[in-house]
Amino acid sequence: MTMAAKTDPAIELRKLSKAFGHQVALRGVDLSVAEGEFLTLFGPNGAGKTTLIRIVASLARPTGGSVHVRGEDLGKTATSLRRHIGLISHNPLLYGDLTPDENLRFFARMYGLADAAARIDTVLDQVGLASRRRDPVRTFSRGMVQRLTIARAILHDPAIMLLDEPYTGLDLQAADMLRVVLQELAASKRTVILTTHNLEQGLEMCDRAAILNRGKLAWEGSRSGIDLSAMRDIYREATRIR
Amino acid sequence: MSYLRKISAILWKDIVAELRTKEMFSAMFVFAVLVVVVFTFAFDLRVSGERVRQVAPGALWVAFAFAGVLGLNRAFILEKDRGCLDGLLLAPVDHTAIYFGKMISTVLFMLVVEALMLPVFTAFLGVNLFDLRLILIMILGTIGFAGVGTILSAMTAQTRTREVLLPILLLPVAAPVLIAAVKATAGILDGLTMSEIARWWQLLIAFDLVFPAIAFMTFDFVVKE
Repeated sequence: MTMAAKTDPAIELRKLSKAFGHQVALRGVDLSVAEGEFLTLFGPNGAGKTTLIRIVASLARPTGGSVHVRGEDLGKTATSLRRHIGLISHNPLLYGDLTPDENLRFFARMYGLADAAARIDTVLDQVGLASRRRDPVRTFSRGMVQRLTIARAILHDPAIMLLDEPYTGLDLQAADMLRVVLQELAASKRTVILTTHNLEQGLEMCDRAAILNRGKLAWEGSRSGIDLSAMRDIYREATRIR
Repeated sequence: MSYLRKISAILWKDIVAELRTKEMFSAMFVFAVLVVVVFTFAFDLRVSGERVRQVAPGALWVAFAFAGVLGLNRAFILEKDRGCLDGLLLAPVDHTAIYFGKMISTVLFMLVVEALMLPVFTAFLGVNLFDLRLILIMILGTIGFAGVGTILSAMTAQTRTREVLLPILLLPVAAPVLIAAVKATAGILDGLTMSEIARWWQLLIAFDLVFPAIAFMTFDFVVKE
């Protein structure tokens, strides 16, 4: 893999579109996220946020346009680029019959991690699950599963984190835990895209925000100088049915 | 080597999960036993040795195929339903490694069930199935069946009617494998030599190579939205 040039954005979407049969999910989205930037993508249900995240994660193929990750075309080099991407969604992507140890060992092997045992210890400590490492995941609460989801996503130390509605279904305690992890991600200068329809949670850590509405980028701008009240007005205006 | 390590990781994960739950294995085994019991009573197989030799190969492979469908139904559908398929697809590995990992685990589970079914068949049908040539045919037939079944399982996992759709698609496509396996098994039970049934086991070998080759070329398109 060639090294990305310094000026290349971490993620660049050009005229990205996606249709599922007659259902159009994305309509020519142009969006760029710089290295180390935290972008929150707001939008109502059905706006195309999850579809966009799935395309950037190389789980779905765009119908038109392109995605460049660290300067490389995702359509051509997806296999190697996936090494740099971590995904947290409301779906845990974990095996309930396996223990956290076994789940992480499996993903460590899939990512070809050299120091898997040490790395597994580190991430389990980070999410506070070291003491439950040998219990089957199916015995865990939703909050614990989401913590393990975070451990799985950061196991291979990805430079890009995609967070698709990560707060969905979490209780207050688990949401606080997730917030701490997100703060650490932001502080570690990873490139982050967070999708949410919760303005307060989304604005908390982002450097920049964008609003997706009915598959189109309706607004994007810097976080600085925008408070929650101003964002509410912007969001209402951008998602207004015309 | 890295590619093989990822295949082995998927195989390891499937075996550990199955050893813990025994869900797939027990369903496949019980179903195969039930098929043999039904066949035994439906055709009154213990009455005539001649009739046993006519019916046994078909009964054997019907039991294996139906048990295999149960196993294949769980190969990708379970991954999809539990939301784990995306986790596999996110890994920095050629997606065909997922196909081969799943195919090998299906072959392994089917072969274990088949090995346990041999004494059951022998007891119910009264024919000795402990023959190395027959075991070879079972291995070849199982690889061919799992080869085509795994790719179809991945395809149908994306649909809403997946449990129904898999056998409807699989059985016609796998028919050449099943026919060749039944004919080769019948030949062995009739006392024919391997060279006399060569065209059947050669056909099995051909399908064992063709289906994975097709999967190798198409799997990425099958699993990505």
